[in-house]
Amino acid sequence: MLQFDHASKRYPGNIDALNRVSFHLAKGEMAFLTGHSGAGKSTLLKLIALIERCTRGQILLDGHNLNKVPNRKIPFVRRKIGMIFQDHRLLHDRTVFDNVALPLIIEGLNYRDTARRVRAALDKVGLLNKENSLPITLSGGEQQRVGIARAVVNRPPMILADEPTGNLDPELSQEIMALFEQFNQVGVSVLIATHDLELVNKMGYRRLVLEQGHLTQGGESSHVAI
Amino acid sequence: MSLSDTAGSWLSLHRHALFSSLGKLAKAPFSSLLTLLVIAIALMLPTTLHLLISNGTQVSSQLDSSNQISLFLKQSVSNAAGEALSNKLKLDRDIVNITLTTKEEALKEFQQYSGFSSAIETLEINPLPVVIQLTPSSELKSIEQIQPLLDRLEKLSEADFAQLDMQWVQRLQAIVEIAERATMLLALLLALAVLLIIGNTIRLELQNRRDEIIITKLVGATDAFIRRPFLYSGFWYGLLSGLTAWLMTAGTIFLLERPIQNLSNLYESNFQLQFLTASESLTLLTISAFLGICGAWTVCSHHLKKMQPE
Repeated sequence: MLQFDHASKRYPGNIDALNRVSFHLAKGEMAFLTGHSGAGKSTLLKLIALIERCTRGQILLDGHNLNKVPNRKIPFVRRKIGMIFQDHRLLHDRTVFDNVALPLIIEGLNYRDTARRVRAALDKVGLLNKENSLPITLSGGEQQRVGIARAVVNRPPMILADEPTGNLDPELSQEIMALFEQFNQVGVSVLIATHDLELVNKMGYRRLVLEQGHLTQGGESSHVAI
Repeated sequence: MSLSDTAGSWLSLHRHALFSSLGKLAKAPFSSLLTLLVIAIALMLPTTLHLLISNGTQVSSQLDSSNQISLFLKQSVSNAAGEALSNKLKLDRDIVNITLTTKEEALKEFQQYSGFSSAIETLEINPLPVVIQLTPSSELKSIEQIQPLLDRLEKLSEADFAQLDMQWVQRLQAIVEIAERATMLLALLLALAVLLIIGNTIRLELQNRRDEIIITKLVGATDAFIRRPFLYSGFWYGLLSGLTAWLMTAGTIFLLERPIQNLSNLYESNFQLQFLTASESLTLLTISAFLGICGAWTVCSHHLKKMQPE
């Protein structure tokens, strides 16, 4: 599903955020991406979502070489990824329903199917009764669940989550992680960047560990895969 | 996806953008109204000027028919000789209409209109010449075409000089032409102003909704999707201010109608103040809506490229 092949990212000023990172995430696999702040977790996720482009090496997503995706095609790559952010990134002047419907509106789905799929997604995250609320009236955990519903509503083959439990207490964090497990069980590939090691250890999925831009654990070691 | 599905989703995207952008205008009615009024005034100025000028040309075209020549005969030529000459001129195919004013008639007219009647009565001789008023055939339109006729008339032995009334009409037309040109220039400048006003309004809106735009991009929206509601906003700004300008022009004409009617009555003219025709109104609305879309487009293509998620 997702393959990093010696991918490096160098920011202007010779700052190496990622250095020859190689790993392969299979279809339907779930993995955690851990490491200290500044280790390159966010950069790695940005490369997948084409918010940044890698300076060396290549990344394959669902068989497509992301280096070869022209800028105008970036939106279509992003539609294959359900992205979840620490700060939720919801539209605060729209209802929960409208927020979750956004990916479907972008694709131009008709209203009837949109409503059906939005309600199904909200039902899955347990917020069906909140569809007319504004995000600001919801708790942090609920807002994150709206973000998750939005990420899965167009049934992407892959979910990327950047510190999805960063602001939540352990109990809520566990609920959120349980949601990701559910999506993974129906075949969605899931990559979660987090520094909540306790939770990661408890759940026991594959761990990709980044240290100062190097993948030190969980990947294919770069000198083997030349 | 079938063709009808594709067309259906395209339509639903546009319907969504059309109404959501109108809804956005309605959500901030005061600032929308201010913007609309500014644009409307910019549109109304050239529209009203155009109307006044087209009414002006209407007046001057009525005057076109008065391209008469006054042929003043020499003082020594008698009424009878004048009569003979006018009969001879009737055979000329460049001339369609002839009226003769005898010395006596001329004097009477002069007494009547000049206010010097008592002074004139004391004159022993009549100093006025016989005058022949004649209209050139309608084939002769410009001064250049009439000039040979004028020369021919002046060479007649009985003639003193010939004067073409059309000259001042032509001067009026030249003035109207300058006014038309100036209005055109003004309209172009104001169209540019409308473009800038709408562009700037859309730019502010883009910046206010920067977060929303970036989130929408992250979720997989194309630039075209994000641009669409802004283009429709531009369209609504243009169209609604075009309508407002139309109403304001109508109001101006309504206010001017009575005094102009009075003036026209004083000149015993049957002049009617004309309002914009249906096609002129449609042109105004089309141009204003088009300017709105153009303004929005220019700003969007520039700013959306720069707004990328980080």
